[in-house]
Amino acid sequence: MIQIEGLRKVYRARRREVVAVDGVDLAVRDGEIFGVLGQSGAGKSTLLRCVNLLERPDAGTVVVGGVELTGLSGGRLRAARRRIGMVHQHFALLASRTAAGNVAVPLEITGVPRAARARRVAELLDLVGLAGHADAYPAQLSGGQKQRVGIARALAADPQVLLSDEATSALDPQTTGSILELLRDLNRRLGLTILLITHEMDVVKRICHSAAVMRDGRFAESGPIADLLRRPGSELAGGLFPLSGAAPDPEDPVLDLTLSGAVADQPLISQLARRFDADVRILDGTVQELAATRAGRLRITVRGDAGPVAGWLREQGVLVTEVVR
Amino acid sequence: MTWSEVAELLWQGLRETTWMVGFSTVLTAIGGLLVGVLLTLTERGGLLPLRPVNALLGLVVNVGRSLPFIILLVAVIPFTRAVVGTTIGTTAAIVPLTIGAIPFYARLVETAIHEVPADVVAAATAMGATRRQIVGKVLLREARPGLVAGLTVTVIALVGYSAMAGVVGGGGLGDLAIRYGYQRFETEVMIATVGVLVVFVQLIQTLGDVLVRRLYHR
Repeated sequence: MIQIEGLRKVYRARRREVVAVDGVDLAVRDGEIFGVLGQSGAGKSTLLRCVNLLERPDAGTVVVGGVELTGLSGGRLRAARRRIGMVHQHFALLASRTAAGNVAVPLEITGVPRAARARRVAELLDLVGLAGHADAYPAQLSGGQKQRVGIARALAADPQVLLSDEATSALDPQTTGSILELLRDLNRRLGLTILLITHEMDVVKRICHSAAVMRDGRFAESGPIADLLRRPGSELAGGLFPLSGAAPDPEDPVLDLTLSGAVADQPLISQLARRFDADVRILDGTVQELAATRAGRLRITVRGDAGPVAGWLREQGVLVTEVVR
Repeated sequence: MTWSEVAELLWQGLRETTWMVGFSTVLTAIGGLLVGVLLTLTERGGLLPLRPVNALLGLVVNVGRSLPFIILLVAVIPFTRAVVGTTIGTTAAIVPLTIGAIPFYARLVETAIHEVPADVVAAATAMGATRRQIVGKVLLREARPGLVAGLTVTVIALVGYSAMAGVVGGGGLGDLAIRYGYQRFETEVMIATVGVLVVFVQLIQTLGDVLVRRLYHR
């Protein structure tokens, strides 16, 4: 649905050049939720703004739904943008219009007649759970409700793709949860493809099928989450499931286990104990249901020789790395 | 002078002031919005960045703002003759009043539009809105409270300017206060005139405030 190749964006300010996006390749498949994870300043916001050409890239191509946006300008670019919805961190609602008025804006832009517009607006507000708030002004709504209006507005023109620019970063954890649920629901029900940027690990855990880790304008890694977790030294794995803690006896070896997919449901630790008659201690760890897969990481320590234990675990499909002191 | 004569004078002055200020307010609103929108569109980072146009427009506005009104009043006399056919009288005073107030209001329009958050403009751009749609549906609409507040300030400034319209025979309350009160030492007339002006300005301000409050939804 979205193909980006060799994207580069440079900002020039007072003889100083800042490379915000430095050669990014990205492919988002139909109907998937793709999350770009990064610290602020990593260039993810610029990347997202390049997808609908709010920022014009200095090099590279952006193709959305088969249309190369980087080759368009004027009326044809505007037509292409109407097929891409966008949700903003600070909602970007018109303060002078009610919730219904805000949702109607994209429809007015495309020239939908008044009666059809009113029908569609009611439908959309219902879809995002704001049917009773049509006449409320943004100032009268909570953050979560404002973002729901923003999402309804982004969906008004029936987009193929939704771009989400830190949609939950300005919300409290509970509201974040409900907005993420709404996005996942829309993704399932409408088959909506979503490209989102975030600095919250939780967003990736809860709704993303694929992800990329962005740093200094580049993708450090990118792909389906289940695959990334199986990759040794994955930053995403470390970020989603941070591990810490040392063995009580410094002589004992410490192993980090990454479990992704079916292996996460196996009774590994008890089997390990029986098979090797070993003392296994869990130092840290989580196993969770992610949107993409069931996954987790454990840090364990084993008394004695870790070699056979690690070998057996690898046979079971666990990614094992020995922690070097 | 009897009180009925004074009342007669005040009534006539009020009518003249209302006419001068009212008519030039309408023209100033149109002209100021136009110039103000053009200033914001053509600035760097605007929707239609055009440095030379912006620089020229800014210069014209600044010159207009720096000229003392009394000098502007005289300077535009040839232009006034071309537009209204005469250079004296209440209607003739509307021309310099409008020319003086447009740059003033244009700057206030510019400030009000700048108050519209950038991400709201970006959101409209992302929706595929045309420039015209962004100006109409986003910039002017979102800036409405500021635009009305600015116009209120402008109208009151026009009331002040109109006092000098007596120079070209414009009449009005300000002229009345100067001619009777100041030049003929008719203190009572001056006080009465100033009283009417205070009430007049108060009314405009209240009207503006009520309107702003109704438009303000933050």
